[in-house]
Amino acid sequence: HRHDKTFSPSGDGERILPSEVDMSSPLMYGTPSSRVEGTPRSGVGGTPARQRPDLGSIRKAPQVDLHSEPPSADGAVASEQALGQKLVIWGTDVNVGTCKEKFQRFLQRFIDPASNEDENAGLDLNEPLYMQKLEEISVVGEPVLNVNCSHVQSFDADLYRQLISYPQEVIPTFDMAVNELFFERFPDSILEHQIQVRPYNALKTRNMRSLNPEDIDQMITISGMVIRTSQLIPEMQEAFFQCQVCAFFTRVEVDRGRIAEPAVCRNCNTIHSLALIHNRSAFSDKQMIKVQESPDDMPAGQTPHTTIVYAHNDLVDKVQPGDRINITGIYRAVPMRENPRQSNVKSVYKTHIDVIHFRKTDEKRLHGLDEDSDQKLFTEERVQILKELASKPDVYDRLSSALAPSIYEHEDIKKGILLQLFGGTRKDFSQTGRGNFRAEVNILLCGDPGTSKSQLLQYVFNLVPRGQYTSGKGSSAVGLTAYVMKDPETKQLVLQTGALVLSDNGICCIDEFDKMSDSTRSVLHEVMEQQTLSIAKAGIICQLNARTSVLAAANPVESQWNPKKTTIENIQLPHTLLSRFDLIFLMLDPQDEAYDRRLAHHLVALYYQSEEQIEEEFLDMAVLKDYIAYARTYINPRLNEEASQALIEAYVDMRKIGSGRGMVSAYPRQLESLIRLAEAHAKVRFSDKVETIDVEEAKRLHREALKQSATDPRTGFVDISILTTGMSATARKRKEEVARALKKMIQSKGKTPAMKYQQLFDDLRGQSEAAITKDMFEEALRALADEDYLTVTGKTVRLL
Amino acid sequence: MPSSHDWINKPLGVVEAMFAQSNSNPEWEAKVLEYFKGQLKEKESHSWVPSLNDVPLHYLKPNSLVKFRCLVQDMFDPEFYMGVYETVDPSTKVLRCGKYKDVTECGVDLNSRNTVTAERQTFYCVPIPGESPWAKEISFLSAARVVPSTSYVPSRQKRSYEEDDDMDTQPQKTKWSLTELQSSSPHGNGDSKRQETEAPSSQTTAPSDCSSHLDLNFPLPGERGPACLVKVYEGLDSFKLNDTLEIYGILSVNPVLTVIVYPYRDPSLLLLNPTESMETPEEQRAHDPPASLVPRLHMLYARPLQHNNPLLPSAPTEDQSAFVSSFLVEMASVRAELLAYLTHVLLGDGLAAEYLLLHLISNVYTRRDVLPLGKFTLNLSGCPLNSYTERLYQIVQQLVPCSYRLSMSLHTMNSMRLVPKKDYVANRLVSGALQLARNTSLFLDETQLEQGQLDSSGVRNITALGNLISWQKVDYDFSYHQMEFPCNINVLVTSEGRSLLPSDCQVPLQPQVTPPNMEEYLTTIHMAQFTSQINKFRVYLSLARTLDYSISDEVTKAVEDDFVDMRKDDPQSVTAEDLHRMLVVARLLSLSLGQTTLSRDGWMRAKHIDMLRRSRTEQQKSLNGNEP
Repeated sequence: HRHDKTFSPSGDGERILPSEVDMSSPLMYGTPSSRVEGTPRSGVGGTPARQRPDLGSIRKAPQVDLHSEPPSADGAVASEQALGQKLVIWGTDVNVGTCKEKFQRFLQRFIDPASNEDENAGLDLNEPLYMQKLEEISVVGEPVLNVNCSHVQSFDADLYRQLISYPQEVIPTFDMAVNELFFERFPDSILEHQIQVRPYNALKTRNMRSLNPEDIDQMITISGMVIRTSQLIPEMQEAFFQCQVCAFFTRVEVDRGRIAEPAVCRNCNTIHSLALIHNRSAFSDKQMIKVQESPDDMPAGQTPHTTIVYAHNDLVDKVQPGDRINITGIYRAVPMRENPRQSNVKSVYKTHIDVIHFRKTDEKRLHGLDEDSDQKLFTEERVQILKELASKPDVYDRLSSALAPSIYEHEDIKKGILLQLFGGTRKDFSQTGRGNFRAEVNILLCGDPGTSKSQLLQYVFNLVPRGQYTSGKGSSAVGLTAYVMKDPETKQLVLQTGALVLSDNGICCIDEFDKMSDSTRSVLHEVMEQQTLSIAKAGIICQLNARTSVLAAANPVESQWNPKKTTIENIQLPHTLLSRFDLIFLMLDPQDEAYDRRLAHHLVALYYQSEEQIEEEFLDMAVLKDYIAYARTYINPRLNEEASQALIEAYVDMRKIGSGRGMVSAYPRQLESLIRLAEAHAKVRFSDKVETIDVEEAKRLHREALKQSATDPRTGFVDISILTTGMSATARKRKEEVARALKKMIQSKGKTPAMKYQQLFDDLRGQSEAAITKDMFEEALRALADEDYLTVTGKTVRLL
Repeated sequence: MPSSHDWINKPLGVVEAMFAQSNSNPEWEAKVLEYFKGQLKEKESHSWVPSLNDVPLHYLKPNSLVKFRCLVQDMFDPEFYMGVYETVDPSTKVLRCGKYKDVTECGVDLNSRNTVTAERQTFYCVPIPGESPWAKEISFLSAARVVPSTSYVPSRQKRSYEEDDDMDTQPQKTKWSLTELQSSSPHGNGDSKRQETEAPSSQTTAPSDCSSHLDLNFPLPGERGPACLVKVYEGLDSFKLNDTLEIYGILSVNPVLTVIVYPYRDPSLLLLNPTESMETPEEQRAHDPPASLVPRLHMLYARPLQHNNPLLPSAPTEDQSAFVSSFLVEMASVRAELLAYLTHVLLGDGLAAEYLLLHLISNVYTRRDVLPLGKFTLNLSGCPLNSYTERLYQIVQQLVPCSYRLSMSLHTMNSMRLVPKKDYVANRLVSGALQLARNTSLFLDETQLEQGQLDSSGVRNITALGNLISWQKVDYDFSYHQMEFPCNINVLVTSEGRSLLPSDCQVPLQPQVTPPNMEEYLTTIHMAQFTSQINKFRVYLSLARTLDYSISDEVTKAVEDDFVDMRKDDPQSVTAEDLHRMLVVARLLSLSLGQTTLSRDGWMRAKHIDMLRRSRTEQQKSLNGNEP
């Protein structure tokens, strides 16, 4: 047959008017007796039912008596429901009556006092959960009831099994049950259409890879990432045929994309006289969505699978490319019908999922504090293994030695990184106006080239789920933060996030930190303290969360680390940025014989030991991963009284050291660092309390790092101001002296409005006893310029 | 020649017979695999199976057993198919088997309860990228001896043998010339002959061909040969992207498979067949290309290839161990000859030749956390300009079975796609030049790089090369995230000064001779080699990298002592990184001599040549330092 090639996908076809719907199916709507045409729009009968294309056609499902042969035609009608106990829907073991009853009982009785789903916020957990939700529907008027399958399972395992195995039959029954119940309770409420039940979180949750032919037509939940969405597609639900001869019309429902075209007009008996009338046929919205399995679920060395998903009606346009979602739906396989006239057809089925429920898993990443999205399910045994490990007294050392075993020694650095992996406890002070305290630990590694800094970074990047690795050389500010891109197809502006945003809740590893341009580095200022990222570009102004720990590695400006210079002088990074690192380590060659021997042994072993031997020696990387993930999710240690005292003491001690020599040696930032480190150490122990031992270790590690990075090479003292102001106290004193001497010299020259730069420099050099470098001279000039005493323009110095 | 080749000519007959006997007992599937495996085990039997690599597609019988030496370039989504179906015709209502077939025969009763849905996956396979002409040639010749199932008789087979013999006996008359090497033809023996022997898909390069819009997605530009959609039924998890396999399967070229992509869609078709309409034309083109260009292959048996050197026994059987032990005796002498050859090629620089030899047998043999062990990237600096590097590559290409020269000019760096990228519209992995098989020699020619601006894709490409060298991995671009694929590629960088890319060791070339005509010089060196000699080198290089290696406790101790001593005198002189490198050098040096354990002498030699090399680089450094 042929019919018009054009049709209007007009919106009015999408909604099905009540009078047009054939309500004789017992599965879809209330019993016919309860349906009264023409009454006001309330009650089950008065509210229009909306077809559920997500469930496919259900009229194909007559009920049959279990003990007899299937009836030839649509034998079972609703009136037979009295005999219901024996009747099941054809091909299943579902009895409509029992199923409905069970579900109503579930709705009325199910209580989940331990619920922590955010959807249940504001509900009384000791009352039946779903009855409260029905009440919500009556108030809000959104006729959708989301049902958590795990609730159904815990309430009635058999019902759950039926739901999973025969969703196409069971969900309409649920719909019927819930509508009866709802209109019984709230007889006066007016809804747009009848309530639709949307189950989610089928426990048969799988990743895409494990879907197999047995799952066809079953309800499944899979997770993945949206990669493409199509335009809206109007899909025909019901075809309208009109006889060209007598104008008699008939409706035919579309079954799995097929229309059974009536060959004969029932009225005038003319053959092939019926034509499809497009604008009287019923359409519904449909959208194709392509979902790709998330990278975490994949075996190494294979490419990710994709699956086609169809969203219907109001689920259209609910998700965008890039979203990570959990999909609950029915898995379908449709044979390919290439050309019906050909007898040889492809023996392949096309598979897709008709979605019933979407749940975005990364929705909350951009707002609020929530770690649900990362929640990894641990099996009982796994948790047991982890807890056993945690109870070992030397767990801290075990874990740190399991970190990057191929890198030799550097115990303290590994410990620092280990604490960084665990992170501190998040504290929210936004109510008192302070905002969030950073919980993330930032670490900078400086040192000679070739001391396996990059390797350590690579290792960390591979270890954490949300790790990002960039090199200062290749990355721009844009690559780190976010940029706005125009989609060439839709002309829509899309925000593309960079490494820092992507590593939210993870670690951003930045190699060659020193090679980074200043503008790029300036981005880090905000990220490293406020943990947010502001973007104002192409009309998009927003603040993204970037709660990322930064692990950076920097090489000295000269090819080798100069032990006669301070850290700042060696790596030439602004002190404002350095002070944002909790720990700064130097990775230097220790140059000691015993160390050399151990190192050599370690390396030689690396080159000939078999892989099995290596694995025995160290903790499995997978265990380490799980350990960290578990601690990050479930352990939130708080300071106890003793620990607080210990921290206060530690801080006061740090301040005291400096004050003896007339300098400040600790700032509140250092105290915050100590707290974070102590919390992280408590997390390593799986302890809910931060105790003195945690503070002790934090102090030790902090001191070690300072000893390495903040020792003033001129005096040999640890001087925190090297890191906080970029200059040691002695250096500052010297700078002031030079400036004073210069000023004195200029004043002694009498009234000369302008002087030659070189002349002045030579004069000062001649006058001074100590050697004065050009740098020092320039610094002094700058200091005087700051005092508004003079200005430097090119090669001339003018007095003001 | 055996009398019956039914299992090659009509493998589906075998499958169907077994299915019919089975009475729906699922064990028949295992039996089929067992049977074909058994047939292929027989001596030489696998050489009777015609190869897609060698025989043009139109000479192969549809539905016959063929083999294909290939790289898994992309893995498509799994598909469900009718494993068992019932015919619709009531008079002949029988169960049919749908396995190893693309299309069903007779009408299918879609509502039958006896239908069994099964799962299979499609791999997109391409010939091994960068396979050297000599490797293709030799495997072609050895396969062409027996092609029982085709009407195809390679016409020049006989002559080639004669030529071969000629070469062996009369080296002076060698046909080999550099100009010939330049042509990337698989059978570089003159154009008139080539036309006949080439697979038709290679015509896609011809602009006049109507199929030229079909991108066969080869990783390297200028590649030819058939691409193939391989249907995989068993052991899906055992295959990985970029695996090199020899696949035995049933060839399917049914024209029904070709989906004609209409430029505009009939909306009524869309209504009637909603699933079909969901595929973009790009996706259909990528996933259902015409079977005449991209044949389907239903896998019965696949053998992972450790190497694609046709001169070596390919399977790890008794054959091979016998072969290895017989060759081990010769190893030292072959090494000496090869070294002399390479020394000539590198203009008389013996040290550079030594390092080049070590580089050519290097191999990532294991990884410890993120650290790949055994890689040995060589930076040959101070290369003479004017096409010397090009010639050098041609010589390397003559020695290794797989190679590619990437000329790092600004233009190529900015425009070429090195990293594979997922194209979500066509739903396939668009290949890039770094999607290579294991142990491919990647020759990076930095002498071609001029000053200028790298754009963002250029920076990404350089970063990708850096990652490849440092970590032996390539981060494939999946738009929303990146995915890391480990690789095992031997990277050789030739440059004027020190390379801007990282490397494991840098050797400044110190030419001892300055031939007035470089081209002539190199050609003469090559001409002086017997083909049998070159073949020995080829076997040597492939074999040396497969040997096992260990270090005894005693030598471990000696190495430790040595390291401590060296550091005692001058801690700056030797770092951990140097020790890393020296251990690799020692390993490769021992293997190159056919020794599977490190001896003290071996260690001292490794130390010695590394000292020589270092003094050379330092000398270079001080030279440059003196420059204003």
